Amino acid sequence: MSAMSPAVPTPAAWTLPSRGRVGMYCLIAAEAAIFTIFVIAYIFYIGKSLSGPTPQQVLEVPIFYTVCLLSSSIVIHFAEKALHGGQLGSFKLLWFLTFALGATFLVGTALEWRHLIGEGLTISTNLFGTTYYSLVGLHALHVTVGLIGFVIVLICALMSKVTQEHAERIGVFSLYWHFVDAVWVVVFTVVYIIGR
Amino acid sequence: MASESLPLSGSISLPRETGKTWLETVHEWVITVDHKKLGLMYIGQALIFLVLGGIEAMIMRLQLSVPHATFVSPEAFNRMFTMHGTTMIFFVAMPVVFGFGIYLIPLMIGTRDMAFPRVNAWGFWMSLFGGLLLYFSFIGGDGLYGAGSAPDVGWWAYAPLTSTAFSKGHSTDFWTISLLLSGFGTVGVGVNLVSTILCMRCPGMTLGKMPLLPWLYLVMGAMLLFTITPLTAAQAMLMVDRYMGGHFFDTQAGGSAVMWMHFFWIFGHPEVYVLIIPAFAFISEIVPVFSRKPIFGYPVMVAATVAIGFVSMSVWAHHMFTIGMESYSNAFFVLTTMTVGIPTGIKIFNWLGTMWGGKIRYELPMLWAVGFLFQFLIAGLTGIMLGAAPFDWQLGGSYFVVAHFHYVIVGGILFAMFGAFYYWYPKMSGRMLGTTLGKWHFWLFLIGFHVTFDLMHIPGLLGMPRRIYTYEPGRGWDSWNMLVSVGGVLQAIATACFVVNLIWSYWKGREAGNDPWDAWTLEWSTASPPPDYNFAQLPEVKSRRPLWDIKHPEDPDWKYE
Repeated sequence: MSAMSPAVPTPAAWTLPSRGRVGMYCLIAAEAAIFTIFVIAYIFYIGKSLSGPTPQQVLEVPIFYTVCLLSSSIVIHFAEKALHGGQLGSFKLLWFLTFALGATFLVGTALEWRHLIGEGLTISTNLFGTTYYSLVGLHALHVTVGLIGFVIVLICALMSKVTQEHAERIGVFSLYWHFVDAVWVVVFTVVYIIGR
Repeated sequence: MASESLPLSGSISLPRETGKTWLETVHEWVITVDHKKLGLMYIGQALIFLVLGGIEAMIMRLQLSVPHATFVSPEAFNRMFTMHGTTMIFFVAMPVVFGFGIYLIPLMIGTRDMAFPRVNAWGFWMSLFGGLLLYFSFIGGDGLYGAGSAPDVGWWAYAPLTSTAFSKGHSTDFWTISLLLSGFGTVGVGVNLVSTILCMRCPGMTLGKMPLLPWLYLVMGAMLLFTITPLTAAQAMLMVDRYMGGHFFDTQAGGSAVMWMHFFWIFGHPEVYVLIIPAFAFISEIVPVFSRKPIFGYPVMVAATVAIGFVSMSVWAHHMFTIGMESYSNAFFVLTTMTVGIPTGIKIFNWLGTMWGGKIRYELPMLWAVGFLFQFLIAGLTGIMLGAAPFDWQLGGSYFVVAHFHYVIVGGILFAMFGAFYYWYPKMSGRMLGTTLGKWHFWLFLIGFHVTFDLMHIPGLLGMPRRIYTYEPGRGWDSWNMLVSVGGVLQAIATACFVVNLIWSYWKGREAGNDPWDAWTLEWSTASPPPDYNFAQLPEVKSRRPLWDIKHPEDPDWKYE
């Protein structure tokens, strides 16, 4: 059997992709499919409501909150970089900033919903209400899950349990957050630009 | 050349454990994250639900065996076909293919467990509790007037049948929530399969040297991510409609019932391929070993599977020809449906090419594999017929369709699954399944299958619609239905033989040894059943058939690949 080895050399360093990253990409693919179905439903039902209120009448474009959410993607990138470089202090600060931006966005969604309910639009009012609250709500749910993750990591970081060796895991988590932000770009386009 | 202990390092044989109390054993299985235990639990779950779904099928066949039968009420009949379809797809076929995959893949790619063992356990329990929730509806899902009832909306659950106006009580909610739950678990399985196969292979096993079974499961796992999720989304919408007064599928408020059909079949058709690709995987392992030849056209087999994965995502509306789509849509879905036939045909050609000139051993797994090849071909041919829109306008919603998809699911998937049981049971239990009972099982099932599902095409051609609970005598359907029911009884007896064989062989079967079939993939290098963590030292492979290389050092595969 010794004659076997030279023919097919076994690589000394046998490396395969990180399972954390591949797993997260798979989860993102699955989530993207769910969002796709909701987005298709939203687009299909634009203008098909039999009664008001219509998007033109009640919907305002949440530019400030959108800027908050999208900039959190940049901040989390630098947080990840800081952890990778071992700067734990700036990691905590940037991580908290990401959380704060995400939380601000969620508050924005809540205020918007309060305004809309005041205008007489609920999930059962018309097709616009049904599709709007479902799609934006599904996204808000993902933001909420992300915020819970931020809080957990933040608590661990304040207890000095997050160190440089966790940079890979934080990187995997930040993939999820980037995805949530990217979905918002689609939702924003569909709900506030095409649908309005 | 079958040797009892192959010279691969790390094949430790452990004696069967004794001396544990019953409670300790249960505790061990409940908390386990071991892929082998979870795989076996998936398979066990599938077998239990197979019996339940089978009983529902037999109730339907009894009711339909003669015209004007009054064995069950129309309401109960509706529940039976809904529960039969839902059970067989979501709680038999899915768990069994997951079970085999989760059990075999870490062994075949030479690793110790799945990439995410706890996600693995979570997926199983979601699936099991989803199934239990579905069956709890028999007592918990109060229908009209407080009478307990199971879901009765059909397994497609088309709108507006599922609206609160037509589905009062909670039976439909049990259906929705149970599929949502098991769907989450399924996403976990998809994530886990892809991550395991891409990230956990043993040294030397490049993608091109991976056995076909992991390859096919890789495609299937990726498909799971995109197929089960549309159903999850649609179920969430249905919940919004039912619980919050939403209008997604409410036509009176401008919603669309056709929307549900699209969402359901965007899940529903790729789902067929999610189930048949593992069947292909079993056949691709069994046929070479029992033909004593390596698989014919390995790269083409992989390419054909990937092609099926892609094309199958764009054929869903061939289930909807009869709803009146525009002609462009019809043409598109006819063409894509016909296109799926090409890679599938390539696969059948390659299996035959593997058998051609081989030293074929007709042992039990091979019998099932040959049955699969023949029946899957016919199922594909009726599929091509129904894929032509004008033909489908004539026969859509008839018993011809029922016969066609049972030919795929029973004649294809179930036959491959039985083959897999006979092939890998020795690995999982350490003992061979009994040959005599196995032969009875095979031949009775084969005859029963053909009596039922060959003949079922005919009342369909004669115009018998599906989902009717009874029919008038004298339409030319009577004797066909009686024969179909008789075939069903034969299959039930055959399945009983199988279950008895499974139990009997566990205690009394012949000792299998590590490698009873003189096979070539890594799972046969470990003990039967494999020890915890599979390999003491991870194997290194140089070709697609690592055990062949070890058994035949004078003529190893790596010289040719």
